[in-house]
Amino acid sequence: METRKIPFRQALREAMVEEMRREESVFLMGEEVAEYNGAYKVSQGMLEEFSERRVIDTPISELGFAGIGVGAAMNGLRPIIEFMTWNFAVLAFDQIVNSAAKMLSMSAGQINVPIVFRGPSASAGQLGAQHSQSFENWMANVPGLKVISVSNPYDAKGLLKSAIRDDDPVCFFESEVMYGDMGEVPEEEYLIPIGKANVTREGDAVTIVSYNKMMKIAHAAADELAKDGIHAEVIDLRTIRPLDVETLVNSVKKTNRMVILEEAWPYGSVNTEITFQLQKHAFDYLDAPIKRVTTTDTSIAYAPTLVQAFLPNVDKVIQAVKSSMYVS
Amino acid sequence: MAKTKVEKDQNGADVALAQPKGKPVKEAERFSAETYLNWYEIMLRIRRFEEKAGQLYGQQKIRGFCHLYIGQEAVAAGTISALQADDPIITAYRDHGMALARGISSNECMAELYGKATGCTKGKGGSMHFFSKEKKFFGGHGIVGAQIPLGAGLAFAEKYKGNANVVACFFGDGAARQGALHETFNMAMTWKLPVIFLCENNLYAMGTSVARSSNVIDLKKLGSAYDMPSYDVDGMSCEKVHDAIASAAEHCRSGKGPVFLEVETYRYKGHSMSDPAKYRTKEEVEEYKSKDPIETTLSTMLKKKFVTMAEVEAINQRIMEEVDECVKFAEESPYPDPSEIYTDNYMQQDYPFITD
Ligand SMILES: Cc1ncc(C[n+]2csc(CCOP(=O)(O)OP(=O)(O)O)c2C)c(N)n1
Ligand SMILES: [Mg+2]
Repeated sequence: METRKIPFRQALREAMVEEMRREESVFLMGEEVAEYNGAYKVSQGMLEEFSERRVIDTPISELGFAGIGVGAAMNGLRPIIEFMTWNFAVLAFDQIVNSAAKMLSMSAGQINVPIVFRGPSASAGQLGAQHSQSFENWMANVPGLKVISVSNPYDAKGLLKSAIRDDDPVCFFESEVMYGDMGEVPEEEYLIPIGKANVTREGDAVTIVSYNKMMKIAHAAADELAKDGIHAEVIDLRTIRPLDVETLVNSVKKTNRMVILEEAWPYGSVNTEITFQLQKHAFDYLDAPIKRVTTTDTSIAYAPTLVQAFLPNVDKVIQAVKSSMYVS
Repeated sequence: MAKTKVEKDQNGADVALAQPKGKPVKEAERFSAETYLNWYEIMLRIRRFEEKAGQLYGQQKIRGFCHLYIGQEAVAAGTISALQADDPIITAYRDHGMALARGISSNECMAELYGKATGCTKGKGGSMHFFSKEKKFFGGHGIVGAQIPLGAGLAFAEKYKGNANVVACFFGDGAARQGALHETFNMAMTWKLPVIFLCENNLYAMGTSVARSSNVIDLKKLGSAYDMPSYDVDGMSCEKVHDAIASAAEHCRSGKGPVFLEVETYRYKGHSMSDPAKYRTKEEVEEYKSKDPIETTLSTMLKKKFVTMAEVEAINQRIMEEVDECVKFAEESPYPDPSEIYTDNYMQQDYPFITD
């Protein structure tokens, strides 16, 4: 397959553009998506191609435009709702959780909501407590929603296309600090299936599971560990809900150890569900308790020392791996 | 229920409100030399402080989001002179100006921008989250519009406690499009809460002009829709801002409920440090700069002979030194210890955090 290197933001844009060319009912709506070409330039040039009928600037009214998106989806359209960041989507959670997620069930299968809610999430430098939060686990808690969180341009494009074509509501998580990342993306069209994790590095000593920008730390830690002869297998979850338990179980059957790395608060996070599933389905294969590396159980703060204390890093992952191997 | 008879203008607003009491007095005579000097100093402090902050941001001494208030200083100056020190203030992330005007020291503000432990929020909040309980400065809020109900809540508490204080609640033209505004306006009017809602209309919410965000571009109609007394205010004039706030505060203190002020102002810089502001013309920016509130105030002071040029130079010099000094203070201050990530999350001192 012919490939070329493109930035993350372009991969996302290509997904949206291709799907909009393919399907008239797909449209993009959000703050600064049209005339400003996107707060983070993801939608650059889209207004020009599709006009203001299909690339629509909204006022700062998250609850309203998310709800308008859900209503449009109930009536035959396939909206892509961009949140400038997921922190602001909190205002729209009512429509995502109470409307989008439950419509099919409440209407006894009559009304589905084919909508994508997308935008960047988690920390992006020193942005303080209100602008740095992860919400994958919040959304993953809700039956009726699917949740995707991407770590590289290739996955971003293939999964966003699948999300747009999906007939259920999908929450799609990106990262401001990855939008400039370059990655190989095929020239020709491809889709990545929702619900499948990806083994991004093979190994036999331990399984490191992660998603979104923490994947970089997972790989950096695996590189370091390899220098000590510890060969970690690394898995990118890609989809958070439904969770690909099978891939995780198969890996642990081989490595017998697992460390979950997540930029999220520890309580009720994605790793707690994985841990439950693993102790249930792979209990006999585990040689050590599953370890996790998360943020601290606190709000993040602005100062660099506090950001560093809050976030996972390579050292914390290496420590967790070594402790699961009972070496120091 | 019998309605009290008040004259209303076409927006249902109380016409008498914005006029100063008694027989009209010429502007410069109504305000003392001291008031003018105070305005000048507040505005110059904000301007120089933020110019410095802008430079330091370029040098990566200040990180994260940083939204400058330059151009909007008269709103802060006129507000502060019209309010009592006990009147709570709450605003959005563009908060340096209001914080400095309220008397949070340049040292504490600059140290906060640096993320140092000596900052007004111990390096935890950064640019967007300045607070001072002592100065009744209630933040510094990053979620657009969130401070609108919070401001009404502060006012609810003042009323509940039987205080005469009035709350000044600031938000932008973009924030005026949040649903929370409507819910809050309705309740604040119904419950006659002592809060002045001040929409600082600087014409843009990031790259979105007021006209592109709504059919209703006359923002004071948002207040009028709830029968809230609602007025336009020239935000480039300390005198006009002061007058509007003083009358609004009197209205609130007398138990008549909230007032909405649409303050017309302008930010000279981009939305934040990363915005090149290509959505507006040079001419537009120049037009507002020609009404610069610091320049205007200075020339009024000189014309009225409230101050000599030598005295002005002395003030300018003092502010320059204060700003240099606060940078030094910030540079020399320590970062918070990493263990501070666990402080201030709960009032409970021995809260059992998950640490695995
Ligand atoms: C709920 C929410 N949505 C979006 C944002 C991103 N954002 C930050 S400031 C801003 C524009 C606000 O404009 P305005 O209210 O006019 O205030 P100004 O910046 O002009 O002072 C936007 C969209 C946010 N912080 N919070
Ligand atoms: Mg504005």
